[in-house]
Amino acid sequence: MSESMGTVAVIRLVTGREISTRLRSKSFRITTVVNLVVVVGFLLAMKLIGGSSGDAVGFTPSAEPLSQPLAAVAEGFGNRIKPSTVDQATGENQVREGKLDAFVTGTPEHFEVVVKQDLSPNLRNAFTVLARQLALNAGIARAGGDPAAVNAAADAARPDVRSLEPARDNQGPRMVLAIIAGILVYVSIMIYGQLVAQGVVEEKASRIVEILLSTIRPWQLMLGKVVGIGTVGLIQLGSTAVVGVGAGLALDAFHFPTGIVASAAAWAVLWFLLGYLAYALLFAALGALVSRQEEVGGATAPALMAIILPYVLAISILPADPENQAMAIASQVPFFAPMIMPMRIALGVAPAWQIALSLVLTVALIAGLVWFAGRVYHNAVLRVGARIKLTEALSAR
Amino acid sequence: MTGERLEIDGVSKRYGDLVALEDMTFDVRAGELFGFVGSNGAGKTTTMRVILGVLSADAGEVRWAGRPLDLPTRRRIGYMPEERGLYPKMKVGEQLVYLARLHGLSEPAARESVRTWTERLGVAGRLDDEVQKLSLGNQQRVQLAASLVHDPSILVLDEPFSGLDPVAVDVMSQVLREKADEGIPVVFSSHQLDLVERLCDRVGIVRSGRMVALGPVDELRTGDTVRLTVAAPQAPHGWADGLPGVRETSYSDGTTLVLLERDADDQALLRRALETGPVHEFGPNPPSLTELFRHVVSEA
Repeated sequence: MSESMGTVAVIRLVTGREISTRLRSKSFRITTVVNLVVVVGFLLAMKLIGGSSGDAVGFTPSAEPLSQPLAAVAEGFGNRIKPSTVDQATGENQVREGKLDAFVTGTPEHFEVVVKQDLSPNLRNAFTVLARQLALNAGIARAGGDPAAVNAAADAARPDVRSLEPARDNQGPRMVLAIIAGILVYVSIMIYGQLVAQGVVEEKASRIVEILLSTIRPWQLMLGKVVGIGTVGLIQLGSTAVVGVGAGLALDAFHFPTGIVASAAAWAVLWFLLGYLAYALLFAALGALVSRQEEVGGATAPALMAIILPYVLAISILPADPENQAMAIASQVPFFAPMIMPMRIALGVAPAWQIALSLVLTVALIAGLVWFAGRVYHNAVLRVGARIKLTEALSAR
Repeated sequence: MTGERLEIDGVSKRYGDLVALEDMTFDVRAGELFGFVGSNGAGKTTTMRVILGVLSADAGEVRWAGRPLDLPTRRRIGYMPEERGLYPKMKVGEQLVYLARLHGLSEPAARESVRTWTERLGVAGRLDDEVQKLSLGNQQRVQLAASLVHDPSILVLDEPFSGLDPVAVDVMSQVLREKADEGIPVVFSSHQLDLVERLCDRVGIVRSGRMVALGPVDELRTGDTVRLTVAAPQAPHGWADGLPGVRETSYSDGTTLVLLERDADDQALLRRALETGPVHEFGPNPPSLTELFRHVVSEA
């Protein structure tokens, strides 16, 4: 029998128990599935809203020379064309079946577009421009000019644009990204923070805490629990992020650089980690004040409010007004930052110095909470019965 | 293995104006089964929690092998709290292995020990069940297993017999006796005084946070007096009053209970009884622990 067991070994045991029991729990499986459904659902919606990956357009062999110019025109609008060459009968069938969005017949000089009912706005624009261009080309050729040279000159012409404020790209997709990040971080902090409070009370209510604390120190038990439950949360959120980014790439749902998505996901995971640590410590302290599961809700209500309030404000204000000044300030406030900052980062409106400041303040808060929670937990966790006042738990020996 | 003595020395604990423990002092010797009795709220549980370090004393000290108990030493205590404590939703086997490992056992040693003790206590078939699915009696057996799986050097059990069926009481008694015979100090509290009387080498009776009687059961039962039953049907009421060495008498239906000083002449008492008529019974009738307990506890 070992005379003494190192702190690391003790915490590892406690952490290991938390991880193994919670990974196997039904609630973990359910929340993981819900997370994945939310993310993949959002991505599918994004793909449907944000435009398809390309309109399928068929060409008869005789109209086939138009496929290149049509693709070029469509690209000018930010759309894509998936061209294919089919014969007349097959093409019309495919239009009827919905496999083709449009089917081009005739000759480059005089073409006809076959559609099921109507052209999509994107394709209508492309074909209209194409038809005008062909007419222009014909006119230029009749006037003795070189259509290719004129087109090249026309393509090179650009308006001069002067921005009064720095431009932000990809507003729409960034907003979706911000909402996903906001929801996931919020829900994860909420779920895993509360699990800590419930776990603390489970040990108090079942009185096993008395056996545990005759063997290990209170802070070791508290820290092991916080780290263990946090690891489970990180596994869940991390896998959601990886699956989300992976599925987004596979679905081709991102119409902007993957780097933005990956960085938003990474920041979301980091802010979950920090927010979870802060709130888990708070939840551990508040949970230690009560002895029955029914009392957990009441005891942890202040912490829950501190999570819900910034999230609700952020999710209602930021999508409409990403640069909202009050939100910018709130995102620096330690307890609020974890819910607001990942959304602002995903929106691309958080300057580096604000991110740095909020990180520093949150880490400082966590350091303070380690002391606070350690003290409250130590003084309260073995006291069974009526709810203990926070001031009493803080001032007791 | 030769065990060491567990000493509780002058431990005091107050909660505001309420005195929970006042100069609580006793020791539990190696290889000894020590019974801890007292009314509810007398301070038994508080004492045990102080021993385990889950409660800090205002004054006094708990020592083992002559040194104050610290966390590494406390890890060698097998503890059964008054309020049973196990994770209700954790499987019996996993839970016991976890507790054994928290007490410092390696994983293989923990598994081996859990197998041994659950077989011994008759719950080996329930290793894969959640604790909450077990009957209260079986939960109690698991609780005892939890206090034994790390091969403790000290056993501190708060009310280990409460809620057990007679078979389980026998198993529990055997195990406690066995552990004591291995040379470790075993202290347990109980309200089942007949059991304490039968099982324990020494008992301590607490009242209002103080130890009021301490010693081997036989010694406590007799003390400096001998209680005699005299069945003399024709003896008049008051026949034994005032005889040399007689401290107390009580008469009922021709039977007299006489409390006689230990060094007084009981034969003189017998002769006096015979003078009143036939004597059908004359012999020692020491009080049971229960009577002694009532007596001690009611002395306020």
